[in-house]
Amino acid sequence: MTITARPPAPRTTPRRRRVIRFTPRDIAVIGLLLGIPVVLDVALIWGPTLASVALSFTSWNGVTDIKPVGLDNYHNIVSNYPPFWPAVRHNLVWLLFLGVVATPLGLFFAVLLDKQIRFSRFYQTAIYLPVVLSLAVIGFIAQLLYSRDYGAVNAALGRTDNPIDWIGDPSINLWSVLVLVGWRHVGYVMLLYLAGLKAVDPSLKEAAAIDGANEAQTFFRVVFPALRPVNILILVITVIEALRAFDVVYAINRGRNGLELLSVLITDNIVGEASRIGFGSAIAVILLLISLIFIVTYLLQVFREDRA
Amino acid sequence: MITPDHPTRRTILRGAGLGAAAFAVPALSAALAGCDKPDEGGSGGSGGGTVTFGSNYSDEVPKKAIAEVLAKSGQDVKINTVDHNTFQENITRYLQATPDDVFTWFAGYRMQFFAAQGFATDISDVWTEIGADFSDAMKAASTGEDGKQYFVPFYYYPWAVFYRKSVFESKGYQIPKTWDEYKALAAKMKADGLTPIALGNKDGWPAMGTFDYINMRLNGYDFHVSLMAGKESWEDPKVKQVFSLWQEILPYCQSGANGRTWQEAAQSLVAKQTGMYVLGMFVGQQFPASDAADLDYFPFPQIAEEHGQDSVEAPIDGFMVSAKAKNVDGAKKLVKYLASPEAQNLYAKGDPNNVATNKRADTSGYSALQKKAAELVGSAKHISQFLDRDTRPDFASTVMIPSLQSFLNNPKDVDGLVKQIEGQKKTIFTS
Amino acid sequence: MTTTTQAPPVTVPTRQAGSRRRVRPARLVLHAFLICVAVGWLVPLLLAVYASLRPYAETAARGYFSLPHKLSFDYYVDAWQRGGQPRYFINTLLIAVPSVLLTLFFASFVAFLISRRRIRFGKFLLIAFTAGNLLPQQVLATPLYVMYSKIPLPWWMSWPSELLYDSYWGVIAIHVAFQTGFCVFVLTNYMDTVPQELVEASIVDGAGVWRQYWHVILPLVRPALGALGTLEFAWIYNDFFWAVILMSTGDKFPVTSALNNLRSVYFTDYNLLAAGSILVALPTLLVFFILQRQFISGLTLGSTKG
Repeated sequence: MTITARPPAPRTTPRRRRVIRFTPRDIAVIGLLLGIPVVLDVALIWGPTLASVALSFTSWNGVTDIKPVGLDNYHNIVSNYPPFWPAVRHNLVWLLFLGVVATPLGLFFAVLLDKQIRFSRFYQTAIYLPVVLSLAVIGFIAQLLYSRDYGAVNAALGRTDNPIDWIGDPSINLWSVLVLVGWRHVGYVMLLYLAGLKAVDPSLKEAAAIDGANEAQTFFRVVFPALRPVNILILVITVIEALRAFDVVYAINRGRNGLELLSVLITDNIVGEASRIGFGSAIAVILLLISLIFIVTYLLQVFREDRA
Repeated sequence: MITPDHPTRRTILRGAGLGAAAFAVPALSAALAGCDKPDEGGSGGSGGGTVTFGSNYSDEVPKKAIAEVLAKSGQDVKINTVDHNTFQENITRYLQATPDDVFTWFAGYRMQFFAAQGFATDISDVWTEIGADFSDAMKAASTGEDGKQYFVPFYYYPWAVFYRKSVFESKGYQIPKTWDEYKALAAKMKADGLTPIALGNKDGWPAMGTFDYINMRLNGYDFHVSLMAGKESWEDPKVKQVFSLWQEILPYCQSGANGRTWQEAAQSLVAKQTGMYVLGMFVGQQFPASDAADLDYFPFPQIAEEHGQDSVEAPIDGFMVSAKAKNVDGAKKLVKYLASPEAQNLYAKGDPNNVATNKRADTSGYSALQKKAAELVGSAKHISQFLDRDTRPDFASTVMIPSLQSFLNNPKDVDGLVKQIEGQKKTIFTS
Repeated sequence: MTTTTQAPPVTVPTRQAGSRRRVRPARLVLHAFLICVAVGWLVPLLLAVYASLRPYAETAARGYFSLPHKLSFDYYVDAWQRGGQPRYFINTLLIAVPSVLLTLFFASFVAFLISRRRIRFGKFLLIAFTAGNLLPQQVLATPLYVMYSKIPLPWWMSWPSELLYDSYWGVIAIHVAFQTGFCVFVLTNYMDTVPQELVEASIVDGAGVWRQYWHVILPLVRPALGALGTLEFAWIYNDFFWAVILMSTGDKFPVTSALNNLRSVYFTDYNLLAAGSILVALPTLLVFFILQRQFISGLTLGSTKG
């Protein structure tokens, strides 16, 4: 991982080698403004994360002495914790849904709304609104839409005699929730992509248009490749969101009865009265390992790019 | 800090902005420190008059009621209200770091757990003074595993089978005394086009009441306590029997319980769509004032004759003195006051949804429901605290809630279910 | 960061494009589609607002999808008074405003060093910052709590605990730490799309690091900063978790906690809660409207053309 004195080659055109010479003032500025976030990150994020990894090999209720138990927690999680495997499955379904449906939809809206059209601001606002809602509103909206006996969806479908149990039926509630999740995620992706589209040099598009490309061609051949870093960003965010997914199911029924997710299991065990911190930390480590698969893929990507 | 080569209007403006920010920092710092400045005299911990009171009475009605009670305590009480949900989730951290002198909490295992961790001050001396005012069951619910008292009970709310008097009168239904009568009544209601038993278990805890009652009626209070303490096997035929009895009434219950909140289930009782509902006294809060007098209840029916109807599920809320209390004497004086009939009467005036724990409390202002509750609990041999208060919180929330929900989804597989519960119980209770 | 008098002129060359009077059929189809989408997106929210205007007894009896008998703003008044919201709003702003500003400031500077100055170990830093965001924040709760409860602060910084625990400093610090990781990643990627030549030119001009960052790069990533600022504000503002874990004095809690005060232990008037949460959501919307012009269509960054 050590990045040895590689030439700081500009990405676009390799030109004469630039020698970075920082003045003492530059070094002071960098030391301060890089130092603070790095210290915070190490002390408040990585320190506790490593502590959690260590705790995952122990049994601890947050109060009495910490007792080392080796791999017991892991063994218990995979063999003696019924919600675990459903949670893993749900997280992967989540990832698939966000990656295949919600994220592309967000990109699509961003591209549509980046054009010079009337009411663009209104459309953007409508799609973005769900992002700002707090947990309490999300929980209420889920109840209001999906309640079996009093909800709007069953009423609108006219299913009052034989209502569908959108939240209570564990075979369908994951999909009910994913609709709400998509509803929020689309606005989020749209916003980030809109900002990315702003950086595309309009002359590129004009040139493509002069060459006779239609809008779709322009987007896929010119804009999309030019936004490669932003595309990667959106991809990574989708992965993060899918693996960390928590709040919507938690607001609905605390992530039970068919809505289990890894982060909910972690929370159930760590946060709350009389916790099983070692056990919860072990679930977190498993989640971290799953994340690592994606990090490594990303890393390879980054370094391949470097070498090129 | 910025020295641009040739200052423009813009950079000057920005510099001014930074300057203003620099002045704002100390003001901000003061704001960030907290709400009010420390009182130099009182903070020394000299055992002055002030008692701090950590409260989870965050809803409007109880918040006002408790404030009035504390205002008349004759002591200087500083209340720190945290919403009840946060308070509960945070309790371990709160008690370890910066607890108030007195804090609100629950009786039973939930209290014993924290007392055993050394977070509570022994208040047995207070009990020698107030003991005569409380029933033995109340004292037992306030006693830690070591036989000392750590808790002062304030009020309770019993669980029972609720119904509408008008429905029972118009259809000529009789109050069922036994399990068979209960089932027969349910069958009759079904024939009359009612859904006999309301059930809403979206949040996971309401179904625990039914489990507890079947268990206590079938196996007795002592078995309930030791099952909850992790001392019995969940694969015991006695436990399986509880689930199979429950299966017998499931066809009479509202289907889709795991998607329904308790409030929606209660609403079906209000609307006379369902006939009966096993819940706590708070079910009345879903009733419009005009219908409140029509709400009544009967104790959960008898199953095994030797246990009759001798146990009541009646969660008790009260107070504890934290181990880190700075003003122990003041705290003890305050909990003693809160145990008094005067304080409890005053509270009942402000928040009439519960029943006072003190035997000498004035019951003349009670509603019919409250009077009945006081009788029910007063005559009960045992008071249980509800599944999630009688066992470890991690067991209740990470094992029992999912298990009961999966039972309601798939009632057939009792063997598989109890095996799973037992497996998880073992790892939790041995940790 | 929202100074409107930014030097490199943000040209508005095509502002009027939308008002061209050519109505093409394709445009009509597009508008019809977008209207459907916008309405679909707004319906759940409008239903929530509608419910908040009706008494609970009515929606409980008749369902949420029914005609109204009585509509009023009573719940809004009630929520404002009962939740004790003015004080909690201030608490939230005390946490959210410094957190968002510091996060964006630090993150953009680090991103600038990584992306444009290509410092040594830059990629390593980038990965370290990003990876910290992969875990749900709940994982950090216990170790962080233990750490915070052992760090003393003077009383004028943290009262009454005199610890980092139960102080805004601690909550702000963790927000900044957690969100900076994410923002570094986002901003690095945005900056990668900015032509390197611009920075190089300023280096040749002899500008110091600060000037390159503040005068060259920041204006170029304003759309990203605007979008990110909007999101960060919404997240930190709505966050409840850190306050719950790291605070214990009820009066210092953020506004999301005031919403919990609208729930009773058992019974909850959901329509009142809806009114309260809609009130609480207003500031985040306001921030969106203010920052929206940074990334709204119709504005193009003229300076990207060099």
